[in-house]
Amino acid sequence: MSKLHVNGRQHPVDIDPGTPILWALRDSLGLTGTKFGCGAALCGACTVHLDGQAVRSCVTPISAAAGKKIRTIEATTDGSDKVGAAVHAAWVKHDVAQCGYCQSGQIMSATAFLKSLPRGKQPSAAEIDSAMAGNLCRCGTYARIRTAVADAAQSLA
Amino acid sequence: MLTPIDAIHPHELPRALQQLLGRNQADAAVTLPRRRFLKLAGAGGLALGAFPHLASAQAAAGSESASALKPTEQPSAFVQIAPNGEVTVTINRLEFGQGVQTALPMILAEELDADWSRVRSRHGSNDGAYVDPRFGMHLTGGSNSIKHSFLQYRELGARARAMLLAAAAARWNVDVSRLRTESGRVIGPNGRELGYGELAEAAMALPVPQQVKLKDPKEFRLIGRPTNRLDARAKSSGRQDFGIDIQRPGQLTAVVAHPPVFGARLAALDDSAARAIKGVKAVLRVPTDRGGEGVAVIADGYWPARQGRAALKLQWDSSAVEKVDSVRQLAQYRELAGQPGPRQFDADMAPLASAPRQIEAEFVFPYLAHAPMEPLNCTVALSDAGAELWLGTQFPGVDGMAAARVLGLKPEQVKVNVQMAGGGFGRRGVPSSDYVVEACAIAKAARSAGLNAPLRMIWSREDDIQGGYYRPMHLHRARIGFDERGQVLAWDHVLVGQSITAGTFFEGAMTKNGIDATAIEGMREPYALPMRLTVHHPKVNVPVLWWRSVGSTHTAFVMETLIDEIARATKQDPVAYRLRLFGEQHPRHRAALQLAVDQSGYGKKTLASGRAWGVAVHESFESVVAYVVEASVKDGQPVLHRATAGVHCNLVVNPRTVEAQVQGAALMGLSMCLPGAAITLKDGVVEQSNFGDFALPRISDMPEIAVHIVPSAEPPTGMGEPGLPPLAPAFANALAQLTGKPLRELPFKLA
Repeated sequence: MSKLHVNGRQHPVDIDPGTPILWALRDSLGLTGTKFGCGAALCGACTVHLDGQAVRSCVTPISAAAGKKIRTIEATTDGSDKVGAAVHAAWVKHDVAQCGYCQSGQIMSATAFLKSLPRGKQPSAAEIDSAMAGNLCRCGTYARIRTAVADAAQSLA
Repeated sequence: MLTPIDAIHPHELPRALQQLLGRNQADAAVTLPRRRFLKLAGAGGLALGAFPHLASAQAAAGSESASALKPTEQPSAFVQIAPNGEVTVTINRLEFGQGVQTALPMILAEELDADWSRVRSRHGSNDGAYVDPRFGMHLTGGSNSIKHSFLQYRELGARARAMLLAAAAARWNVDVSRLRTESGRVIGPNGRELGYGELAEAAMALPVPQQVKLKDPKEFRLIGRPTNRLDARAKSSGRQDFGIDIQRPGQLTAVVAHPPVFGARLAALDDSAARAIKGVKAVLRVPTDRGGEGVAVIADGYWPARQGRAALKLQWDSSAVEKVDSVRQLAQYRELAGQPGPRQFDADMAPLASAPRQIEAEFVFPYLAHAPMEPLNCTVALSDAGAELWLGTQFPGVDGMAAARVLGLKPEQVKVNVQMAGGGFGRRGVPSSDYVVEACAIAKAARSAGLNAPLRMIWSREDDIQGGYYRPMHLHRARIGFDERGQVLAWDHVLVGQSITAGTFFEGAMTKNGIDATAIEGMREPYALPMRLTVHHPKVNVPVLWWRSVGSTHTAFVMETLIDEIARATKQDPVAYRLRLFGEQHPRHRAALQLAVDQSGYGKKTLASGRAWGVAVHESFESVVAYVVEASVKDGQPVLHRATAGVHCNLVVNPRTVEAQVQGAALMGLSMCLPGAAITLKDGVVEQSNFGDFALPRISDMPEIAVHIVPSAEPPTGMGEPGLPPLAPAFANALAQLTGKPLRELPFKLA
């Protein structure tokens, strides 16, 4: 039996310790906001925060989360997280999503990025591209992602 | 995807499909007594319309109220108004990014005079009410959702509004002419008003009017207004469920080991290690697409199923199927291009030999995977009564029938619950229903093995990239003779590529004289050229399918780069040359191109050093998009900096969506140009497997894309696909300006 600390709560899970966090979240805890895209850390759809760091949950086993805190899209955008709330609001305002499938991962990457910035620092266009380059979007929402990340940063200033 | 299938009429569809879509389903619906329906509706707290079968029943039974109305015309199948006034609109299409989940409700809400802040949306099913009203089958494709359902959804809204007005008139005992509607309320004399939610139940009992007066477009307050998506919040918070997120009680997950060569069979299986993995419930041999055989590992979650699959020891027998090799295939296509074949267009080729200027060109386009971000999946629950399926599908009717065939059920015993899909681009509209058939075969085998749980089949990304159904590989050859003014004297063109519709139920309507309309669409368009077009459709053991904008993915590239090359060869401005070729014809092409030119600063603005302009314009699915782009070459790599789009799609329902669709389609067009955009085969096996070797553009590849729309009041045409085709040729034309060398292969090779 392993214990997972997810979104502020401890969850016992009786699965193989090699199971990626992604499948523990989705199949054991029913938290389906975190998405399966490639299973190989190539697309970023599965991005979650592990002790505040953005990680690809599809290749990170639950054994690597022992004693650490996992935060998912559900808690990041429920209003309890100031930066996550700002990113969520910017995503809605700029109508970023098309199919929407990759957007959980995009928002988790954007949130981790904005949290990593020194207080009040406005990211440059190149910094936004660099921070978001690990997240694929087949619909091509990148233009609005750029706008939304910059706007969220502005709103937090 | 799908093309000029305006040509398809219901009588050309297979009999089974006709039965499902027509008489059979209506008959089945009639058996649902009206009284029973009303009770159901009441119990659900629903007011106007709750159950699509009512629509079928009313239409089929010839009930007084709606004798001449088809199921697709009955508001009861499309509009629910809850007692609290919330309006839920059912969409008859798949939402997979293109925005119909918002646009169709906008159209209905416009005529309903609904309060937009109280409008919601939901997906339909394989019920007969949700067929495309023009095609008579369930279909999301061909950029036709708005084009074909604009009038339908306006009339549905107007009918529902008329019923609400009639209910209010009865309630107040005043003539309906003294009432008006505004933002979800009926307003009567002396300041009286009633919310739609208060009237809905009474309205539902009233006859459905056949004739309704529609608004004058000048009165539109929703249609044409930039509107954010109804699903924006859910999709920005992880709360939007997709097909892959379905959680049925007790469900199990299946992962399938597919044959490495399409259609190969299993020679030997050792599943002892797989069965020993914790969570694995069963390992079953199952039939797969194209006569192949695979192994399904069923477990209590995806991970143990995936581990189980990895532990299988498999030997395959591919002796009976062709093992494609891409290098050899290209040589075969070249050989074929020299042979006589069926002709689409003919013209006198005699002037070729003596033409003062000539171009000879060969173009090569690879197979392409759709690679939607949500991997393919399908959930199946079997019961004694029938089957229920949950999946994001562009063809719920076709998939439901395929499921019935596999499961030995009647079509009406299968319910397909259409789920939000994470992209598709054509891959979720498969005439063979490949992955649906596979999921149903697994569910059937599992049930036979004593597993009665709902079964969720998930394809891995590797399954998706290697599992077939690609945009076909194509070879084009052109010999063009022209004069010093750029007047084309003769254009001899050969196209080689697999037919998408061959062997499918679309073949009869789409393939004429051995030529598949989806392969040649866009050829010669819109120019009046003396072209001879010879077409070859080789049979190859690689499954092919429509890929966003279908034939125009390659024909637009060929046409628009060659036209540009003629302009360059005769030292003419490529915009002026095109405008001259259009002549007085093609006002929409002219307007779209002129708008892109004006907005981009083409011909006026001085470009940054090292940059060049590129231009292309193309009509697909009845909409025209022109691009003017700025590109450069940096460290030997092509870079697209900026694209300005001129769009002609007639009346725009939601400009915000049109902008998003053009930006997205442009990026997908760009994806065809960049390294890694090719599926190749060796010894019959696809060589790519994931996003590492089938590469997609990243945010750093995204150019600035400005979208400008030509104003129009004509009935709307679609925008899901038309933004794609002209991007790659515009980019190539800019690069040819810089390097002096035309690009004739995708993805680009600059060396």
